[in-house]
Amino acid sequence: MIFLNFFISGISLGSIYAIIALGYTMVYGIAKMLNFAHGDVIMVGAYVCFYAVSRYGMNPFVGVVLAMAVCTSLGIVIERFAYKPLRQAPSLAVLITAIGMSYFLQNTALLLWSSNPKVFPSIIGRGSFKLFEGKLSVSHVTVLTIATCVIIMIVLSLFISKTKLGKAMRACSEDKGAAQLMGINVNATISLTFAIGSGLAAIAGALLCSAYPTLMPTTGSLPGIKAFTAAVFGGIGSIPGAFLGGLMLGVIEIFAKAYISSQLSDAVVFGVLIVVLLVKPSGLLGKQLQEKV
Amino acid sequence: MKKTLICAVLVLAMAASAFGASFKIGGTGPLTGGAAIYGNAAKNGAELAVEEINAMDGTVKFEIRYEDDTHDAEKAVNAYNALKDWGMQISLGSVTSKPAEATAAENFADRIFALTPSASSAAVTEGKDNVFQMCFVDPNQGTASAQYIASKGLAKKVAVIWKNDDVYSKGVYDTFMENAPKQGLEVVSDTAFADGNDTDFSVQLTDAQTKGAELVFLPMYYQPASLILAQAQAMGYAPKWFGIDGMDGILTMEGFDKSLAEGVMLLTPFNADATDAKTKSFVAKYQEKFGEVPNQFAADGYDCVYAYKEALELAKATPDMSAEEICAKMIEQFTTMTFNGVTGENVKWAANGEVSKDPKGMVIKNGAYVGLD
Repeated sequence: MIFLNFFISGISLGSIYAIIALGYTMVYGIAKMLNFAHGDVIMVGAYVCFYAVSRYGMNPFVGVVLAMAVCTSLGIVIERFAYKPLRQAPSLAVLITAIGMSYFLQNTALLLWSSNPKVFPSIIGRGSFKLFEGKLSVSHVTVLTIATCVIIMIVLSLFISKTKLGKAMRACSEDKGAAQLMGINVNATISLTFAIGSGLAAIAGALLCSAYPTLMPTTGSLPGIKAFTAAVFGGIGSIPGAFLGGLMLGVIEIFAKAYISSQLSDAVVFGVLIVVLLVKPSGLLGKQLQEKV
Repeated sequence: MKKTLICAVLVLAMAASAFGASFKIGGTGPLTGGAAIYGNAAKNGAELAVEEINAMDGTVKFEIRYEDDTHDAEKAVNAYNALKDWGMQISLGSVTSKPAEATAAENFADRIFALTPSASSAAVTEGKDNVFQMCFVDPNQGTASAQYIASKGLAKKVAVIWKNDDVYSKGVYDTFMENAPKQGLEVVSDTAFADGNDTDFSVQLTDAQTKGAELVFLPMYYQPASLILAQAQAMGYAPKWFGIDGMDGILTMEGFDKSLAEGVMLLTPFNADATDAKTKSFVAKYQEKFGEVPNQFAADGYDCVYAYKEALELAKATPDMSAEEICAKMIEQFTTMTFNGVTGENVKWAANGEVSKDPKGMVIKNGAYVGLD
């Protein structure tokens, strides 16, 4: 029974990684850039939601929608001023800019909202479902997070494979130059990708802080790194891969803590990552792309 | 605009010279970044004390300057050098342990006396005759906690959850583990966490629960502790909780459900709810100026400046002395004087820079600290 309890803890932690990883993988898959500021957009989303709910007494779901609106606009602004001017620059320059943006957001948050941690009000309460006469418990937040993950995953996959805009995104991802020649507005498509990714970040922020309720300007950065790892684990660029990678990372982390050593859990998690990448360099569900010579 | 600015600067300069010179006191601390809450509190406390002292008509006046070190050792040394260029005569060291270890070495080499408000690692003062601490050092907290738990008969079986990438937590943990068996305590569960996996504590709590720990010792800051308390409640585990001075602040977290901390015990040198005149006046002034209840870091910063005032007066030091001359006098005073502040009565320092003051046992009742004794 304890084993099952740990498994459920792993799934709840993993579902949080998964929902953050979806945003990473989406942006990477289309724009081919690692948006390291993603974790910090999550933090901004969580703060907006916190203020809407705690200070202004709004309904939590209105708070999440508001946070999505703010994060989407923020994503567009970041993309316009920080990443767009670097469209032709080497990818290393963009990567450094993303790291800079991450620090910029963290420190702005520090000035605006101070470093004092705040306790986030859960958007659906702190209750849990009891199974087997209360021996197992699954919190409502976990169920909501997994459901949200699955819905987002399906909607995103359908959007990318079925709609015209999705087709444009896939084209940009394969070859920006050729896509442009075919009459696709590459800039607008990439901006749209960022807008969607940042909107997802707001949802992830609200769920992250509902599950683990302290909120600080650095709240998003470390889960962001873990989620990035999850995305790589599952195969970066692949949407189901991010989901699978997130869940697996969470379960491995909890099992490593429980059965190996609570001091070495991160070493085990990253050890597994190295092994997976050695055996399958593109990640669990990643596509092996042939480079044309 | 420009003219008024120049006038203002002139007036300030004249005011400074009219008062006669003042002692230049400098310190570094994390004013931005993840640990900013501690740096800003210590800085606010110290500045409040300077303001009060300069308004009195004593012989000792201060000019204070704080530089940001973002809780980073390398930046702390740069910040220290900036303060040295400014002409710092006495130092408040650094606020947090990691940077303080770096700046203390500089203080020692440059013969600038340092009294750190809150850097509690033993390595800060080790082997340096001119670096002193206002807070009690980590090893003492571990020993004191073990003694306290055993002598009050709080528990026999104890679990420890600690943060293994943090010198503060590790320092307390090490001495606690050394002393707990001597006091007849049995540590049944020993689990850790680190930055990056400090959100989910289900494994640590399940371990403590299944091994029958009656008390969980939490040598850490209050932010992860608040998560641990919430998750323990969700899984229906209700042991006794025992924290150290880093737990102070948990009640002032915005949005924190105070009922979670009901019955949590902690050792701390400072209690903002104490009713003595000194603490009351400090808390009231701090609240008026900064809009929040001071934590122990603010109290330590405040006490540091007052301890300096007392020592400088006793030594009859004057601001025209060099840092090295002041340093020699300060070493003499700090090893002999007794200080009464908001963080303790009859505070004395040993020659190695360690402070001796009694940690106060507190318990949280109805959302407020109450003395345990």
